[in-house]
Amino acid sequence: MLQVNRIDVAYMGVIQVLRGVSLQVQDGAIAALLGANGAGKTTTLRAISGMLKTEEGAITDGSVEFDGKRIDGHGPEEIAALGISQAMEGRRVLEHLSVEENLFVGAYCRNDRALVRQDLELVYDWFPKLRERRRQTSGFLSGGEQQMLVIARALMARPKLMLLDEPSLGLAPLLAQEIFEIIQRINIERKMTILLVEQNARAALGIAHHGYVMENGRVVLEGPADKLKDNADVREFYMGLSAAGGQKSYRDVKHYHRRKKWIA
Amino acid sequence: MTFFLQLVLTGAALGMIYALIAIGFVIILKCSQAFNIAQGHFVMIGGYLGFTFLVMFNLPIWASIVLAIIVAMIMGWVIERLTLRPLVGQPELAVIMMTIALASMLEGAATLIWGAQYKTYHGVLPSFTLKVGELSIPPESLIGMIVSLITIVILLLFFRYTKFGLAMRATAEDLKVVQSLGIKATVVFSVSWMIASVVGVVGGILLGAVSGAMVSLAQIGLKAFAVVLLGGVNSIGGAIVAGIILGVLENVAAGYLDPLLPGGGLANVFPFIVIIIVLIFRPYGLFGLARIERI
Repeated sequence: MLQVNRIDVAYMGVIQVLRGVSLQVQDGAIAALLGANGAGKTTTLRAISGMLKTEEGAITDGSVEFDGKRIDGHGPEEIAALGISQAMEGRRVLEHLSVEENLFVGAYCRNDRALVRQDLELVYDWFPKLRERRRQTSGFLSGGEQQMLVIARALMARPKLMLLDEPSLGLAPLLAQEIFEIIQRINIERKMTILLVEQNARAALGIAHHGYVMENGRVVLEGPADKLKDNADVREFYMGLSAAGGQKSYRDVKHYHRRKKWIA
Repeated sequence: MTFFLQLVLTGAALGMIYALIAIGFVIILKCSQAFNIAQGHFVMIGGYLGFTFLVMFNLPIWASIVLAIIVAMIMGWVIERLTLRPLVGQPELAVIMMTIALASMLEGAATLIWGAQYKTYHGVLPSFTLKVGELSIPPESLIGMIVSLITIVILLLFFRYTKFGLAMRATAEDLKVVQSLGIKATVVFSVSWMIASVVGVVGGILLGAVSGAMVSLAQIGLKAFAVVLLGGVNSIGGAIVAGIILGVLENVAAGYLDPLLPGGGLANVFPFIVIIIVLIFRPYGLFGLARIERI
């Protein structure tokens, strides 16, 4: 469904952030994009959703294809209208609007009123807490509820592809787990294709079908999620487990040696 | 007492017009985070348009307002398209500088088209005076009150209940989120300038009916600015309340304080003194939205 072909991205024309990043998301699958801070995950999402322009960035090489059509160079509004819905990092709810108004903003591009109403009920079934608070000002929701609202808002657009940027950021482990469970439900019940950007590798690989690991603006590792979970490097760097499966002691950490081997 | 009530009533009517003009200010501020220095110049253009339609073409007041609204929408659209669209994403200061330039251009254009003389539209409005008990409401106050009330109510309903109104409120909150959901921000900007232009022009006709059309009508923009600060820069409801407060204060001060001082003119200063005092205690204005901080 989504295909990113060897894209280079530079900010302000000089700061090169992505170098030949390729990835693809199959119809109805969840792909996880993992990596540390500054690896280029969010930039990759921006390149897909067309949000680079407002950040003074541009795709300098390569292409992005959605349903077989090139979408790189399109504005964010056009790309959203094509059916790519993004839940941005950092729980960006429209603070002074009520929960329900937030959801209606998500459905702005649609003209089928009856179906929007129906979807609203569906979304409330998935997120019962939002139904309770539908009339409340969204700025006063708790962090977990705000994250739910942002995902629900993206859903209201009835997208073909959802881009979720760090949905577990800053949430308590139990809440994060709840969010991941809901993402998985959306994927299974709605056959939703999802590209999930995460730092929490264990949880993300737990629900994803395919995974990509980014470092320094490159995809350094990719494969089916099950394979990645067993990969020694991923286990060590992103899950904090040693080959034996136990907790790793700081005594025998020699991170940077192996890191160098990776990038070369 | 009657004198006082009379002052309050005509002051409230004047205040509603201020509120109307101030709403244009708030809408642009919310959508593009920039002060529109030229808001008062829309009022000036409105005054001249009123003169053109009411006096030169001899049209009735309702037809004049409708025609002026159409002209205002075109003007707002053209201005946004030509001068402000290229500045989308540029620093707010650049946008403010552009509106200063816009103010000069509008002033120049008005002088070019209508000349520099003072234009009065005396005797054009229906001359009747409504009597409520001992109070009398002069026609320009009555028309001012009705027209600004209708316009404000239409705008509020538009923002509250229409899809596009919701999109505009959302854009005021977070431009990027709105773009990522497929809302065309450029259309929102366009419409916000059209609305600002319309409310300015309508306010201009209503004020012109009282004072006549002249270039200095643009100074009303300064009052609208004060209204916005008093009400809270991003609150439309605040602008309405603050507009009425300013109008009443101005009128009451004119009635009671001006006779005390030789030369008068205190009426113009007094409301600003009150505003300064209010802002010391409530820096966000009376109804300003403080950023929501969850603790």
